[in-house]
Amino acid sequence: MAALHLISRSPADSRALEQCLARAGEGDAVLLIEDGVYAAAEGSGSGEILRAATGRVMVYVLMPDLEARGLDIGSPCLRAAGANNSPPSPAPALHPVDYRGFVNLTASHRPVVSWF
Amino acid sequence: MGKKFLFILRRSPQQGARVRETLDMLLTVAAFDQPVMLLFLDDGVYQIKRGQSPESVGLPAVAPTFEALALYDVEAVLVERESLAERGLTESDLVIPAEAIARAEIAALVADQDVVVTG
Amino acid sequence: MLDVEGRTLETTADGFLVDPANWDEQVAAVLAAGIPIELTEAHWEIIRFIRAYYLRFHHLPNNRMFVKAVQKEFGAEKGNSRYLHRLFPESPVKYACLIGGLPKPPGCI
Repeated sequence: MAALHLISRSPADSRALEQCLARAGEGDAVLLIEDGVYAAAEGSGSGEILRAATGRVMVYVLMPDLEARGLDIGSPCLRAAGANNSPPSPAPALHPVDYRGFVNLTASHRPVVSWF
Repeated sequence: MGKKFLFILRRSPQQGARVRETLDMLLTVAAFDQPVMLLFLDDGVYQIKRGQSPESVGLPAVAPTFEALALYDVEAVLVERESLAERGLTESDLVIPAEAIARAEIAALVADQDVVVTG
Repeated sequence: MLDVEGRTLETTADGFLVDPANWDEQVAAVLAAGIPIELTEAHWEIIRFIRAYYLRFHHLPNNRMFVKAVQKEFGAEKGNSRYLHRLFPESPVKYACLIGGLPKPPGCI
C-alpha cells in the first residue's frame, strides 16, 4: 500500500514539503493541511518543487484549510511560475479534497506520515 | 508478530520536549515487545552527534537517552547517509551505532511499516 | 522540605527530592519513612539500579519500560511486574524514584 504524507506547516517556516518529496515513493500521496496549504499560494516558492513531483506522487489540498486562509486552488503562481522570460511552466496538479476525501485517503493509504 | 513501527526524528535536539515525548513513545512500544525501528533524518541526525554540551546553555541533554535504546533491545537504528553528509558528519560522529541508508531507500522502508511516528 | 540529620533538603509538593545529588542512604530512609515500605536489600538493588539508569541516560522510564529495563539487568525473575509490585506496591517506578531521590517519573500520579 502506498504511503500518505501529511504536510501541516507553511513553506515559509519549514522545509517539510521539500524534505518529504525528497523521500516520497512513486505513487505515494501528499496531502497539504493546516498551514501546509500555503504551499499552494502565490509567492510561496513551492511551485517548482510541486511541479517536479507531478506524475511521481499525487498532491492533494484540504480545501476547508485552503479556503479558511482565503486562498483558492487556481492561485496564479501554480499556473505560471516561469520566472523572467521563460515560458510559463505547466501547473502542478493539485487535487482538491474535502474532509470526506481526507478520510478516504487515510483509509486507502498506509502508513500515514506527518511532516512538520 | 505485532504491528511494525517506524519512528522518524527530524528535529534538532534544541526542540527538546517533543523529542523526549517521541522517544518515550518509542521506548514504551519497544517495552511491549513490538518491532520498532528508529530513523534519523535531516536535523534529527544532530540528536546523536558526539560532543554536545547543552547543559552549558541550560538545556537538557537528550543524546545520553539514546544510549538506553540497547537496554530495550531496539537494534534497528538507521540514519540517512545524505542527511549526515549534508552536515559534514559521518557515522563515527554519532554516540550510538546507526546503520547508514541511502535517501533512495527511505520510500521502501516507509512503505513496509504499519505505523510511522514523526517527531 | 526534608530534615535529615540536621540537613534541610528541598522536596517537591509530591515529596520528591529536588536535587538528586543530595541523595544518600540516610536520605533514602527518611524518604521511605513517609510510605509504608520497609527497605530490604532487594529494594536497595532496584533503587541503586534506577539511580544508575537516571544518571547515565538522563531519562526516567514509565512502569512498563521499568519492568523491561529491570528484566534486562537482573533477568526475568526480577524483571516482572509481580516481583516489582511486591517490593513497591501500587507503582514500582514511582516509589523506586521517590526513595532513590529522583524526580517523579512520567505518567505517575
